[in-house]
Amino acid sequence: MGTIQRLGQWAIGTSERLGRGYLFLMAILAGIPGSLFRFSLVIQQIYSVGVLSVLLILISGLFVGMVLGLQGYNTLVDFGAEESLGVMVSLSLVRELGPVVSALLFAGRAGSALTAEIGLMKSTEQLSGMEMMAVDPIRRVITPRFLAGFISLPFLAAIFSAVGILGGYLVGYGLLGVDDGAFWTQMQTKTDWYDDILNGVIKSIVFGFVVTWIALFEGHDAIPTSEGVGRATTRTVVHSAFAILGLDFVLTALMFGDV
Amino acid sequence: MPLIEIRDLHFYRGDRAIFKGVDLDIYRGKVTAIMGPSGTGKTTLLKLIGGQLVPDQGTIMVDGQDVHRLPHAQLYELRKRMGMLFQSGALLTDISVFDNVAFPLREHTNLPESMIQDLVSMKLQAVGLRNAKELMPAELSGGMARRVALARAVALDPMMIMYDEPFTGQDPISMGTLVNLIKRINQSMGLTSIVVSHDLEETMAIADEIYLLSGGKVIERGTPDTLQDSSSEWVKQFVEGLPDGPVPFHFPGMSFEDDLLNRKAVK
Repeated sequence: MGTIQRLGQWAIGTSERLGRGYLFLMAILAGIPGSLFRFSLVIQQIYSVGVLSVLLILISGLFVGMVLGLQGYNTLVDFGAEESLGVMVSLSLVRELGPVVSALLFAGRAGSALTAEIGLMKSTEQLSGMEMMAVDPIRRVITPRFLAGFISLPFLAAIFSAVGILGGYLVGYGLLGVDDGAFWTQMQTKTDWYDDILNGVIKSIVFGFVVTWIALFEGHDAIPTSEGVGRATTRTVVHSAFAILGLDFVLTALMFGDV
Repeated sequence: MPLIEIRDLHFYRGDRAIFKGVDLDIYRGKVTAIMGPSGTGKTTLLKLIGGQLVPDQGTIMVDGQDVHRLPHAQLYELRKRMGMLFQSGALLTDISVFDNVAFPLREHTNLPESMIQDLVSMKLQAVGLRNAKELMPAELSGGMARRVALARAVALDPMMIMYDEPFTGQDPISMGTLVNLIKRINQSMGLTSIVVSHDLEETMAIADEIYLLSGGKVIERGTPDTLQDSSSEWVKQFVEGLPDGPVPFHFPGMSFEDDLLNRKAVK
């Protein structure tokens, strides 16, 4: 087969998958009103994808904040601006690292688990079985998980940022001797509710939407074999990472591009 | 009038024809078996009847309704009256045996929990697993899982039930239990049953009528007795389990001699 043929086949295959992904998303969105009436299903999934990810987010956020404290101090001290460490840590976390790193961690932990779960449900005919019991698997299984991921990630990103700031404070004040009054005061003065916090929240909402969509679609579209589910799980992590980083650039350009 | 009427059914997977003009009737109250070698599309036929696959040509009428012309909501209403037992059981692995059987009742009825408990106990009693209701699907043997799936399939008292290879991989005791259950449940609940299988002895023991499929067509139709006495070479090969005959032992293609002597030509 020639290179051009292979390229054409790849382009057709990719377009087809994008089309299926779009139709899948439309089916999910159509199921949202029904899921809101059965919110207990969503709460079960919030526990599964959100609450069970909290420990990972707490530990990662703490270490990222501590590293930011160390690195930031070393740079700022050269300019005699080490008291701005609080601002640097908080802006880095709230604007960028909180939404992005928590979304990457979420894709690795909850996204891959969602793909594997849905893929295995497909390969063991559980989804087919539901259809034959006149239960729509998109509404019963997929939509509650989508809502759970979409709702959970902004909270996880907020926890990540909060713990990260605490980590930066522990290193800055406890280890490096930065004045704690300056740390908190400058941070509160320079961190804006709209420009920084709200934009960070918007990012994490977008990432939650995209990562959960990718994870559920990959599971639902997986070839129903152990190898197929394994490949789908890998694709979830890889595609989510690309989507998060690409979208982060686009969103940052839209939010802060004119600054 | 048959409960299920299949006319001129054509179905393709890619370029491969699975069905090339199948006509088939399933009568109410009967156990009808669909038999044939592996890969003849028996499971595909059940998925077509259930509306999970769409034929390329032809119609499938279930209880007077054209399955593939029904809107989504009506198809789901029809499916409430169709039970299906999957080969794997297809039990939901994250909930117990009890919750699996209760699943369709909770999804489709507003019955109080006490009544659901009674109904589930009755269904599990019928398959002999009332005392296993607290177990998880992973704790069940293959035969037990299929019995639980059977209890779940009849939970909504359907008009018909489709069995996909119910005897495959079962030990003799489980096999005997399933054979008895299918026959008994069909009679006691006034069901119509479709059994897809290639386990000849067991299927012939319970079927009122058998369709033999091969090469995308119905090769033979009749009662177990008429099939036993059939003069068709194909039926004889299937019933007697002969390795070669109209269904060849070798996958079609180049002869062995050509393969050995003219290997370059293959490249």
